[in-house]
Amino acid sequence: MSWWTQPATQTQITHGDRFWLYVTAAIIMLLLVIPTFIVVPMSFSDSQYLAFPPETWSVRWYEEYFESRKWMRATVTSVQIGVLTMLVATPLGTMAAYALFVSGHRAARAIFMLLITPMIVPVILIAIGAFYAFGRIGLNNSITGLVLAHTAMAAPLVMILITAALRSYDLNQERVARSLGASRVKAFFLVTLPQIKFSVVTAALLSFLTSFDEVIISIFISGGSNATLTKHMFAALRDFIDPTIAAISTIMVAVSTVLLLTTQFIGGKKP
Amino acid sequence: MRRTISTPGQTQALNEVALSGQERREQWTLLGLSTPAILVIAIVVLVPVGWLFYLSFVGSDGQFSLEHYKKMVEYKSYARVFMTTFQVSLLTTLICIVLGYPLAYFLAHLPGRWTGLFMLAVLLPFWTSLLVRTYAWLVLLQRKGLLNDLAMQIGLWDSPIKLVHNMTGTLIGMAHIMLPFLVLPLYGAMKKIEPDMMHAASNLGASPVRSFWNVYFPLSVSGLVAGALIVFVLCLGFYVTPAVLGGGRVVMVATQITAILEYQFDWGAASALGVVLLVATIGVLYLAGRFFKFDSALFGKG
Repeated sequence: MSWWTQPATQTQITHGDRFWLYVTAAIIMLLLVIPTFIVVPMSFSDSQYLAFPPETWSVRWYEEYFESRKWMRATVTSVQIGVLTMLVATPLGTMAAYALFVSGHRAARAIFMLLITPMIVPVILIAIGAFYAFGRIGLNNSITGLVLAHTAMAAPLVMILITAALRSYDLNQERVARSLGASRVKAFFLVTLPQIKFSVVTAALLSFLTSFDEVIISIFISGGSNATLTKHMFAALRDFIDPTIAAISTIMVAVSTVLLLTTQFIGGKKP
Repeated sequence: MRRTISTPGQTQALNEVALSGQERREQWTLLGLSTPAILVIAIVVLVPVGWLFYLSFVGSDGQFSLEHYKKMVEYKSYARVFMTTFQVSLLTTLICIVLGYPLAYFLAHLPGRWTGLFMLAVLLPFWTSLLVRTYAWLVLLQRKGLLNDLAMQIGLWDSPIKLVHNMTGTLIGMAHIMLPFLVLPLYGAMKKIEPDMMHAASNLGASPVRSFWNVYFPLSVSGLVAGALIVFVLCLGFYVTPAVLGGGRVVMVATQITAILEYQFDWGAASALGVVLLVATIGVLYLAGRFFKFDSALFGKG
């Protein structure tokens, strides 16, 4: 019996019967993946007009990028803010998620909803609100302001990931540790944290990426020597098609691919 | 003088009082752990948005007024912006449903060892900057872009057609960016469907098509609605993709808000528009929440 005539589901539909589904899914997956990676070959084109496939290959757009003070400055800013956001949002979100999960207090659910409001409020509203409020207290165009805003965007993601991890973890283990004399803090760090560490790492990487890729808030509240990479990229996109963007985009795609594969890898090793 | 000897029952009662006091204190300490997060979100989101809410009710003379909201009803330009926003959001959601359902179904029925690999097709775009993907579409869809070249080579059309800086380009880009938001919750819902259900249906004599529509589809609807809702709500306030791929011809609410701030510096008008956007978003989520139960599906994107 060949694969084609084998039943594919419990309803005895064969693989051949639903071959159309495989073709459709393959086309949709290509439509998802190709535009994500098309910037890679484009960035190595020698032409100003981004012909595809490139007629002659070159790394001139990478040279342009690495030699431009504006782009280098913006890259440093974005990485700096991304790392700081990761370092602030991960413990903040983990702490809140843990507290709300174990407390069992009536208010816990309400506080959880309050803390995930940044996922519900349209980002444009957060952007102009922060721009207005930060203007009053002198936080616009500052690293502090950007880290604060990006932390607010990343913390809900951390909370959701950690809460999901805590749900699939048996809290009795922590109770055992405490009944054997460990303090709550010690029990958390020695018993609970090691078991949810993959989710914590994923949450940290996602926080970095949330900040690194964030556009709208950065357009409003970053500027001057602290303008982010995405702010400059957005400005360049509105004006004309600058092939340097293809080189920068390739680097950004590489960063997110590496981070995603890291999470998949550590997730796959999970016991 | 009588010595107070507590009976076992009294000790227990006393212990209970002490314990429940301790438990309450501990609950409060635990809640205290969430204060740093609350503070950050208050500074960045709650207070500023509240402030904008207040500003939207302050007229140009500094007094309470509804003038910004009245303008929205009176001016035709606002009606056009709302229409465009609604149209783009609805069409993007429909495109995502049509493309996302078969894809999620395919992914949910893969043998375990293949799932991880094929899931990457959804996760890679999901993790990639939307600015990068918008840029890629800008290049793919331009007059001399890959898509026009390809279509002319296989004879779909003779001369380059305008695919970008208009509605077409905006919808293509938006659908590409939103698709993972629909597929991931839908996939989660499909994974929870017991395969035995389909087995039972076919055992009882239903044809594969009938058992799909009568058994499988109704069970997957909550995931589909959750995904569609996330897409629709995200589209309502979307800024980057329409601004770049719409080329100024697709003016949505978010684009209008920035334009008002950039050219008129009118905080009242911009805030009022933002408030309408927020109310619409919450309204859609609330209405949907009344008809469907899905808090796990809505947050199941990890």
